[in-house]
Amino acid sequence: MVRSPGFEPGSSAWEADVLAKLDYDRNATVDSKRNNLNLYPYSSKRKTGKMKTAKPGTYFWQGNEACAEGAISAGCHFFAGYPITPASEIAEHMAKRLPLLGGIVIQMEDELASIGSVIGASWTGNKAMTATSGPGFSLMQESIGYAFITETPCVIVDVQRAGPSTGQATKCGQGDVMQARWGTHGDYSAIVLSPNSVQEMFQLTARAFNLAEQYRTPVILLSDEITAHMREQIAVPPLESMNIINRRKPKPGEKAFFGGEEVPPMPAVGEGFNVAVTGSTHDEFGIRATADPTVHRKLVERLNNKIQNHTDEIVESEEYGTDDCEIAIVSYGCTSRSVYEAVENARKEGIKVGYVRLKTLWPFSDKIIEKLAKTARTIIVPEMNLKQIYYEVQRAAKGSARTISINKIGGGELITPEELLAKVEEAHKSD
Amino acid sequence: MTEPFTVKNYLRDLKLPFCPGCGAHTVMNTFLKAVHELGHADLKEFIFCSGIGCSAWIPSPYFLADSVHTLHGRSIPVATGIKLLRPDHNVVVFGGDGDIVGIGLSHFIHAARRNLDVLVIMVNNMIYGMTGGQVAPTTPFKTKTTTTPYGSFEYPLDAAKLAAAAGASYVARWTTVHQNDLKQSIKKAIGMQGFRFIEVTSQCPTAFGRRAGFKDAGEMIRWFRENAVSVEEAKELGEEDVSSKIVVGEYAEKKRPTLVETIRQSIKEAQRQNAQS
Repeated sequence: MVRSPGFEPGSSAWEADVLAKLDYDRNATVDSKRNNLNLYPYSSKRKTGKMKTAKPGTYFWQGNEACAEGAISAGCHFFAGYPITPASEIAEHMAKRLPLLGGIVIQMEDELASIGSVIGASWTGNKAMTATSGPGFSLMQESIGYAFITETPCVIVDVQRAGPSTGQATKCGQGDVMQARWGTHGDYSAIVLSPNSVQEMFQLTARAFNLAEQYRTPVILLSDEITAHMREQIAVPPLESMNIINRRKPKPGEKAFFGGEEVPPMPAVGEGFNVAVTGSTHDEFGIRATADPTVHRKLVERLNNKIQNHTDEIVESEEYGTDDCEIAIVSYGCTSRSVYEAVENARKEGIKVGYVRLKTLWPFSDKIIEKLAKTARTIIVPEMNLKQIYYEVQRAAKGSARTISINKIGGGELITPEELLAKVEEAHKSD
Repeated sequence: MTEPFTVKNYLRDLKLPFCPGCGAHTVMNTFLKAVHELGHADLKEFIFCSGIGCSAWIPSPYFLADSVHTLHGRSIPVATGIKLLRPDHNVVVFGGDGDIVGIGLSHFIHAARRNLDVLVIMVNNMIYGMTGGQVAPTTPFKTKTTTTPYGSFEYPLDAAKLAAAAGASYVARWTTVHQNDLKQSIKKAIGMQGFRFIEVTSQCPTAFGRRAGFKDAGEMIRWFRENAVSVEEAKELGEEDVSSKIVVGEYAEKKRPTLVETIRQSIKEAQRQNAQS
């Protein structure tokens, strides 16, 4: 867990803070039966053996390992991937762990096949995930659109590196923010989460599954090389107290699996529902309608609205000092780790600085920025790309606050707390 | 098999999309006949996958069954995910030559290598039909298509040979003329495990025949009949003679561990090793 101002990592205050932030009921009793049911609802035919998800407690894990464990805790039963730096450890860790729970891990021939088999796995009623980095993420874009239009829940992890193209394969970047939002063709909406610690690699992966199941849509965990490769302490909550969401299944006789309501129930193949899944425009029964303008409008508008209309529920953020700040820093992912120290030091100098850290990038919450722009005179947006979220912030601020960007790319160099502080001081002087 | 065969028992009440004379009708009919003769009164024990192209429409959405109509070329990966988690069902992939051995070729080879337990029925019309007749990886040399108006300058791919070489459990090729052989082949393949591949050379009078110099579907079918030689007969012919023929028959039939089996074993082994440690 990243330290919040005033906490030393590893201290008892830190641990209390970590535990307080975890979403679980500490008084819950262990009910292993219910647990089994929640985790692997569709694997009754297979022996899942003893529950071997990570025991509650504190661990010293790598971000990618925490991501894999988060997926396992959320009930992921199928993983397919293709080797790519800096995401390979997720596949490696899944390969080690998932078979012990009766799950399947397969290395496919490329990223197109990886996400394809994940989509197939999801239609069998199981939770499935793939993990990749920029180049592989690009290859997956067509299928992400397919998962969106067919309403196939699945999780895609993109551990960002410095692009475009092969770029600097082992170095950190944040250049996939817009690809995560707009990568596939056509009108669509994405849910994209941005972890900034090993703790969040665990928790936001689990949340990504929850959102995917709840909204029947692909969800992207947009991590980065720094967050994925660093090791730090993490607290794992008791499994039975984690809030795990499973997709709604149709009742016998139900036939509208692709419409009729905001998020229709999802059948599994092989259960006698005769479900017709297609990436073509289709009516609520899944039957292709490739010429009727109203069917297309109805479908595509519902698919977008089911995400956009729930922006407030989907969006999570962390704030500090935003009640009285004159200068605010809006950040996400690894970049936000420098922000904590910069804010602490600026406050010591008597500059009223606050921060907003976006844990959900898409859908973008205009509200958060609008509110912030009412307090802060200046909003600073540090990013390891060339202004991808900056323009969103500028747009949402609607001129109520001045927006300044700090951009640093290449070599995996983070924007340092000193660089941030210098920018804050500069902004303070010119205010 | 008490009820007489009628395709209506297996189809949704929808109008079929195929052109008059299209070979997809024959493939659809023959497949359903085979299923019927195996004693299936419905398609509950099957899950269908297809990609993009005319042949992908054979199961989707017309079969009254679970069907996943995927992206162009990605039917086999999706079928992989489905089969590994629903091993109790027959997973059948329908696709055209462009879908299976054009854009989706690497999945095809790797599925054969893994011996993935799916039956792939490839309707080879030697052309990209749905998009209007562009050259395909299976188009015969020197054939005129919309993107090779002066004749194709590439040699076609032999998908059956490729599947056999890559390790498929069962491989056969027939044409739409060989309906009985095709039916028997489908029945046999459904009863087998592992990667099974059946190629059906099929007529596309609209996008292939028209430019390649065939008057109608009937003329194309006659061409199939006159040019088809068996695998055995082909062995007697020289390479050049064979290249102008359609070699029909069974290319491979063997038993080797399938992907479902090997994955299950590896999971067991993982759990055993873990229990020991």
